Amino acid sequence: MISLTVNGKSYQVDVPEDATLLWVIRDHLKLTGTKFGCGIGVCGSCTVIMNGMAERSCMLTAKNAEGAEIITIEGLPENHPVKRAWIEEQVVQCGYCQPGAIMQAAALLDQKKRPAAKEIIDAMDNIICRCGTYQRMKKGIEKAVFIKQKEGMSS
Amino acid sequence: MKELMTRREFLKGSLAVSGLTIAACVTPFGIQLVNAADMAAKPSEFKPSAFYHITPDNVVTIVVPNSEMGQGVKTALPMIIADELEADWDQLKIVQAPAGEEFKNPLLHSQLTVASASVRGFYMPMRKAGAAGRAVLLKAAAEEWKIPVSRCRADRGKVINLDTQKKMTYGELCLNAAKLPLPQDPPLKKESEFRYMGKPKARVDIPEKVSGKAIFGLDVDLPDLHYAVLSRPPAYGSTHQSFNADAAMKIDGVKMVVPTPRGIAVVAKSLYAAQKGRDALAAVWGPGSHPSMNTALVEESFIKDLEKPGANVVTRGDIPKALADAAKSYEATYYIPCVSHATMEPQTCTADVKPDQCDVFVPTQGQTLAHMVATNISGLPPENVHIHTTFLGCGLGRRARPDQVVEAVIASKASQKPVKVVYTREEDIKTDFFRSAMAHRIKAGLDAKGRVIAWDHKVSSSSLKRHMGEEPKDGIDGYCLWGLFDVPQSPAKANMTYVFPNFSLNLVLSDLPIPVAPFRSVQNAVNAFATESFMDEMAHLAKKDPLAFRLQHLTGNMRAKRVLETVAKKSNWGKPLPKGRGRGIAQHSSFGTYIAQVAEVSVDEKTGVVKVLRVDAAVDCGPVINPDPLEAQIQGAVVLGVSTTLYEEVEFADGGPSSGNFDQYTIATMKDAPDVRVHIVKSTEEIGGIGEPGIMPLAPAVANAVFNATGARLRRMPLTPGRVLAALKKA
Repeated sequence: MISLTVNGKSYQVDVPEDATLLWVIRDHLKLTGTKFGCGIGVCGSCTVIMNGMAERSCMLTAKNAEGAEIITIEGLPENHPVKRAWIEEQVVQCGYCQPGAIMQAAALLDQKKRPAAKEIIDAMDNIICRCGTYQRMKKGIEKAVFIKQKEGMSS
Repeated sequence: MKELMTRREFLKGSLAVSGLTIAACVTPFGIQLVNAADMAAKPSEFKPSAFYHITPDNVVTIVVPNSEMGQGVKTALPMIIADELEADWDQLKIVQAPAGEEFKNPLLHSQLTVASASVRGFYMPMRKAGAAGRAVLLKAAAEEWKIPVSRCRADRGKVINLDTQKKMTYGELCLNAAKLPLPQDPPLKKESEFRYMGKPKARVDIPEKVSGKAIFGLDVDLPDLHYAVLSRPPAYGSTHQSFNADAAMKIDGVKMVVPTPRGIAVVAKSLYAAQKGRDALAAVWGPGSHPSMNTALVEESFIKDLEKPGANVVTRGDIPKALADAAKSYEATYYIPCVSHATMEPQTCTADVKPDQCDVFVPTQGQTLAHMVATNISGLPPENVHIHTTFLGCGLGRRARPDQVVEAVIASKASQKPVKVVYTREEDIKTDFFRSAMAHRIKAGLDAKGRVIAWDHKVSSSSLKRHMGEEPKDGIDGYCLWGLFDVPQSPAKANMTYVFPNFSLNLVLSDLPIPVAPFRSVQNAVNAFATESFMDEMAHLAKKDPLAFRLQHLTGNMRAKRVLETVAKKSNWGKPLPKGRGRGIAQHSSFGTYIAQVAEVSVDEKTGVVKVLRVDAAVDCGPVINPDPLEAQIQGAVVLGVSTTLYEEVEFADGGPSSGNFDQYTIATMKDAPDVRVHIVKSTEEIGGIGEPGIMPLAPAVANAVFNATGARLRRMPLTPGRVLAALKKA
């Protein structure tokens, strides 16, 4: 049995110790918003926030994640500035990579209140989007910064 | 899964609920509009294509025949119907169609989301269907109020009595409207009356995709779901020499080992067990049909094929004479390697074959074909086989192939369990049906005034048709030629925009075993790289500006000229740039859409690194339904164009693909994304497609920009730093 804390909820899952966190989240916890893209930590579709940092869930075992606070796309509030900005800027095309991109962006804005254009690119450059929504992702992050500032939300 | 329904449920539902159902059926005489009452009375006389129905609860349910893969079809098609119907956007319920005759695209005669054909195929049928509904709802209201129809007005889901200002909702009117005969040629709205079409509408699928709740193929869940992973042959034509099924079966949770046409499937209770089972199989594969084939030999083979005569596709005029008369002549050879679709969602399919029913949950672009293969393999009557289309994690043409469906249905039938086939990324790339590699050789002549008088063009390509199971007739496969030549009445509308007085086109089909399939724009983007690079080379030979040279050769083509002139103006064409920067221009037309692009690039002459900084795109696609997703389609296609132009090439070794995961197969990321500016050219021409044109002129625009910046001509994609440095040396 492995204990996981995901989106503020505790789970006990009966999986082998080397089971990949990504597939445990998807197949056992049924939180399918976190996606499988490459399995080698390159594309970022599986990105979750673990103890405040963006992490590739395909590169971790469930055992690695014991005791950590994990947030998946389902646990990011619907009124989160990044989620709202993504809708306002119509960033998404097919949408498959977007949960990972949104989590990566949310983690960035937790660390940097107002990232410069280059900082946005550096932070997001490890996300692969086959639809090519990068231009709108940039706008989305800028919009999220604007929303946060306007509403005086703390980072 | 709440939005997925079977075809039978749909028809049963739409006929059983009392209300107004508007359908359209394709007859030999064109589109005929019918309502559900007629459908029930005469079910055998036609095959209806039901688009929407209105129920007394005042809900308008719109059924979208096409697959949503980010292009916004689930919003665009309802916009067309809702506009002509004059429905309120908030009263719509938008659902995904099951597989069915009634949902076939009239242009393609198949339920298939390809060839940028969704909106242009359904535009008029859906406008008419919407308008017919509005007409009978108005008539039903007029009869209720005993006033002339001219004293009634439809307004966002209600009919207003202009004399009394009383209102009745469509829900209140639908039962009476359903009893009225439908007009076959209902009056359509004028453009000035459009409520939705032409104005940006937020895409209906975005909120659930942002929340993480959208169901893609890999997210399908069923009670007692099993997983299948496959051991795949490493080389083309390779068959297994041995595998240890007993060892796999010993893994806890493994249920069965099932051979399929493209690999040996291990079915297990969990993905973990299936993967362990596949490893335990320790399959040994034979050497394949072309054991020495590698990247260099593939390129060599396509170039060598240009020495063969090939099949003559078209000859106009007298090429030898025109070339002999030419003031100057010139020849160039181009090579474009295979690229992989590499959709972000790897291939997957879930099938549940029961003794009397087969359900298939799949992110497919081709419901008709998926239904056909599931029917054949399950052995069940077609009406008991149901295709449920999930969201697609990108399509790019890959998901029009039904191989994942074949594997899932075989595995489920054999194991008598619901089975989800899961591909790893490596499998997804290695088993891909690639965009075909192509070599082009063009020889052309200029007259004394610098006009092209002869264009002799030969291409070598793998046959797309052959890999779809159809042997091309007389060695001619039209799919290879889109953008160079097209037959009359083709839905691709893919003739070259230039018409040269003497023109010849020959095609050599490769005998290499590499499987190929359409990839966003089919071979348009590849063919455009050769033709539009060569036009630039000819402009240089004629000592003319590349824009002026193109315009000179497009005298009869106002639409192509207009997009070129627009993009030139918007991109500051001709204005000076700092050293190391350049602009390139290119244009192309297919799927009824004209597009021209100017790429602005920087070239680092020390490292050979090309960066695409800005791309202006001018587009004439006729009427625009939803302008914001249109812009997004062009932006995204440009990024795909940048990726395939600068990075992507499938490598081969030992008779099979050696490119595996994203660490070996590079795809453009945010640092590569140019500033894309889309300029829609207002047009009253026939409606064109928008999913694919954005990629078509990108590669030549970039190569032409590199030439403009440095004088180096790149004729081999991708434009890697090594090739750029080599070309710089020659410049």
